[in-house]
Amino acid sequence: MIEREQVLHVARLSRLRLSEEEIDTLTGELSSVLDHVDKLAEVDIEGVEPTSHVVPLENVLRDDEPRPSLDRDVALSQAPDAHDGAFRVPSPQAEA
Amino acid sequence: MSTEYEAVIGLEIHVQLSTKTKMFCGCELSFGDDANVHTCPVCLALPGVLPAPNRTAFEYALKIGAALDCELSSFNSFDRKNYFYPDNPKAYQITQAVNPFAVNGKLGEVRIHHAHLEEDAAKTIHTGGAGRIQGSDASLVDFNRGGTPLVEIVTEPDLHSGAQVREWGQLLRATIKQLGVSDVNMEEGSLRCDANVSIRPAGSSELGTKTEMKNMNSFRFIERGIDAEIARQKALVEAGEPVVQETLHFDPSTGELHSLRSKEEAHDYRYLPEPDLVPVVPTQAMLDEARNSLPELPAARAARYEEIGVSEQAALLLSFETDWAEYFEGVLAAKKGVDPRVAANWVTGELSAELRKQDEQPLAETKVEPAALATLIGLVAEKKISHGAGKTVLEEMVASGADPETVVADKGLEQISDSGELEKIVIQAIEDNPKPSEQVRSGNEKAIGALVGAVMKATQGRADGGEVNRLLRQHLGL
Amino acid sequence: MGNNTELLAASGAETAAQIAAGEVSAAEVLDFWLARAAGDGLNGYLWQADRDSALSGVADSGGPLAGAPIAIKDIFCTEGVPTTAASKILSGYVPPYTATAVGHLRAAGMPMLGKTNMDEFAMGSSNENSAFGACLNPWDTGRVPGGSSGGSAAVVAGGLAPWSLGTDTGGSIRQPAGFCGIVGLKPTYGAISRFGMIAFASSLDQCGPLTRDVTDAALLLAALQGRDEMDSTSVGIEGGIEAPSAERLDGLTFGVPRDLMREGIEAGVLARFEDTLIRIAELGGEIVDIELPHAEHAISAYYVLAPAEASTNLSRYDGVRYGLRASDEDLLSMYEVTREEGFGPEVKRRIMLGTYALSSGYYDAYYGGAQRVRTRIVEDFQDAFGQVDFVVTPTSPTVAFELGEKTADPWSMYLSDIFTVPISLAGVPAISIPAGLAEPEGGGPELPVGFQIAAPAFAEQKLLEAAHALEGAIGFDGSAALEGGLA
Repeated sequence: MIEREQVLHVARLSRLRLSEEEIDTLTGELSSVLDHVDKLAEVDIEGVEPTSHVVPLENVLRDDEPRPSLDRDVALSQAPDAHDGAFRVPSPQAEA
Repeated sequence: MSTEYEAVIGLEIHVQLSTKTKMFCGCELSFGDDANVHTCPVCLALPGVLPAPNRTAFEYALKIGAALDCELSSFNSFDRKNYFYPDNPKAYQITQAVNPFAVNGKLGEVRIHHAHLEEDAAKTIHTGGAGRIQGSDASLVDFNRGGTPLVEIVTEPDLHSGAQVREWGQLLRATIKQLGVSDVNMEEGSLRCDANVSIRPAGSSELGTKTEMKNMNSFRFIERGIDAEIARQKALVEAGEPVVQETLHFDPSTGELHSLRSKEEAHDYRYLPEPDLVPVVPTQAMLDEARNSLPELPAARAARYEEIGVSEQAALLLSFETDWAEYFEGVLAAKKGVDPRVAANWVTGELSAELRKQDEQPLAETKVEPAALATLIGLVAEKKISHGAGKTVLEEMVASGADPETVVADKGLEQISDSGELEKIVIQAIEDNPKPSEQVRSGNEKAIGALVGAVMKATQGRADGGEVNRLLRQHLGL
Repeated sequence: MGNNTELLAASGAETAAQIAAGEVSAAEVLDFWLARAAGDGLNGYLWQADRDSALSGVADSGGPLAGAPIAIKDIFCTEGVPTTAASKILSGYVPPYTATAVGHLRAAGMPMLGKTNMDEFAMGSSNENSAFGACLNPWDTGRVPGGSSGGSAAVVAGGLAPWSLGTDTGGSIRQPAGFCGIVGLKPTYGAISRFGMIAFASSLDQCGPLTRDVTDAALLLAALQGRDEMDSTSVGIEGGIEAPSAERLDGLTFGVPRDLMREGIEAGVLARFEDTLIRIAELGGEIVDIELPHAEHAISAYYVLAPAEASTNLSRYDGVRYGLRASDEDLLSMYEVTREEGFGPEVKRRIMLGTYALSSGYYDAYYGGAQRVRTRIVEDFQDAFGQVDFVVTPTSPTVAFELGEKTADPWSMYLSDIFTVPISLAGVPAISIPAGLAEPEGGGPELPVGFQIAAPAFAEQKLLEAAHALEGAIGFDGSAALEGGLA
């Protein structure tokens, strides 16, 4: 189960401004998915190491050799708001 | 009777590594270039890119770990630290949250909790509102710096005053500089220091509520900022008010502390192991290389200099600046029997002052060879010239690179060794200066200075001060 | 040579061979397929190349695949060509670089026909989660092609491309290949570079071919595989890959995890599966019952791990450097409104689920726990491959379902991947080959059924040999769908 308040909290962490309708729908859907997922607790994982990787690799390191960077025009070409050779973003909300 | 308070300070120091390229891509590191000219799909976090870690950054990190006398970890992994901010293009920073490369170290009196490797954020410039966050209408993001390899060093809370933080910070900076793995330039941001400050009743072992002071760009400001914060916390506690956990900015121009509290809720960084990277398990060769390549570090060097008689102050000055230490050792090597304490004083005192006086000459460009300075020190030690004449000679050496013995000969600065000649000058000085002579005779010994000065003037500094003193006292009947 | 019927009937390898032999020119082949693609009646393509762009960047390699055009899932970054991952948040985005895998295909001389439809950010099993509309199944346009590589499967099955490139995180190549009656190969995690492939769940994502037959899959894998210094987790396949030639399965053992197949499988699917086991036995292979004790928990573990990784992978879509920006009000609004408007419902659901699973206080129960269950599943497969050469299952418990059938209940949609997800968690390679046709549960015309074969890590050559032998014995004919792709 997940409560509406938790959904709101997670939406804030996720930077999603959900509509009221979505909050209701997601509260139900996530609860239902979590009910299934909670069955994981049945598995005996005592002393089991977590798996982050399945590849048998270590020490994959790159030589410190420069590679060409993008032309600035290219780097900025997809920016919603490029200004003065930089990516422009609105400022944080002033403190209330 | 009021309670005594003790400050407890821990530091988090960020050191930008001076590799050629960024931590996870091949873009060159830069400072002061036009915005966004050192970016690529990886450091702009375009869709689909993956990080490729820089071997040299890892090797540099291990050297720092070794220099801080840390245990170097046999298993390194990376994690994602999630937070949204325009200077953090992936919205997660790749860092070592769980398995850092170095733990449990010590530098001087301060224990190192751990040191980890991560990537630097981009630079955000707030426009409008005088460059400050509040009241500005927009920000510009420059990703040149984004992805620079960064080592974060976290100390135990072993420091107790602003001055101690400054001194220790300078030792740390000198130590890392010696390794050649960072520019450690605070103004350019290649060394940045955050401090966690709290106070507690002296003798207590509990920690009070701490505040965090962010990104101060000189150790002198850090000292002042921390002292201001300690004073603020004491005043709060003494007034019965609580210290609130917050992040503070110290404004060195006003000496004021500002809270950087934002409206944002408490951070939940949602760490997870970085699935795009595999573990780094340093080989024995990598660990050996890190330890064996260490140069003599400032703390050890200072101790060695003090052991051979150099004063503590001069030993520290020499040890913190490799080129000065090398110069000093050149002086010692050039002439057998030169007293290290005297030589150190000449290097850190007279030579340093003269270089400063003459157009702020850097040591690296001086015309004065260590051997020439050694010769000069010898002339003074052997009383062939007086100390005062020695300074005159040095002035000429710094200006022209002249040989000290030649300068002495050309200017006729040899000490007056004929005591009969000196005696005549002394008698003349007493006669010419009846007033101080009378004062000395009637018990005011300090007045003898005026007579010494007169003798020195008459001999153009060529007399030995001790001998002049002896003769004056003799003729004044003391 | 070179008439349209023959070009349509030819596999990728046959097409390339005809070009190499001078029976048809690369230009004729390209024109033919561009014309087919232009007639897309499945919403299989999100972008189609013109002649010039198809040829741009293509090396005149003279290699075995030169001139054989390919469709690319719109999750691969392609320099100068729109790349959206079927998301509104990347609508109109044009990357400045090309994915390593696509680069390998271009270096082999393969023109790109177009970018194919998919579930948004590869999240889905039906292709109904595309921001640019559902893709249709050429066997029955009232049904889904599967997902997330639905477009890549549909265009191959429907005669709109000779072969295609897709990606598979929990079944996204194999399930649509099964639904569309073609071959889909998910290689071992690490066999092919992920660089330039838009990330969904980094520890699971792997790209692979969708093809008419097993030989085509092998040829594409041979061109795609390899270590890439841009991808720290890439390994490549030692010794490379050759075209398979086996016709028998003598001495090989095939393990069937019966416990996993107890419920929810359509009768028709089960019948084709059992038929195929008989074919295996006829070819000299041995069928053995095996256990994968923790595989029943795979979907649960997967729906923690994949959303958690996805939630951080998708945080970069923030309106700062590229893509949609839906608000300039203030910084927080820029983030929240952009992401609210830019992402579709399934993507938001998974971001929310993943963020929750990683959030303070829940990590150990969810993410940490799921990683440990994953370890158990990895061990299950190691044990299984200690006893048998291959593990076989139906690719999916059902044939292609109807559009809209499962959209209301996320978990029922997730269960569609019950046989593919455990293999993804184990990181081992698996192939889906067509096992014949079966009537859907609710009745109606017969639809393809996929048969999945999994092998130990990096045993792709062995897997392809077995699949090749079995393919010959099954003798599936998918040509009925080849005209189904045209509007």
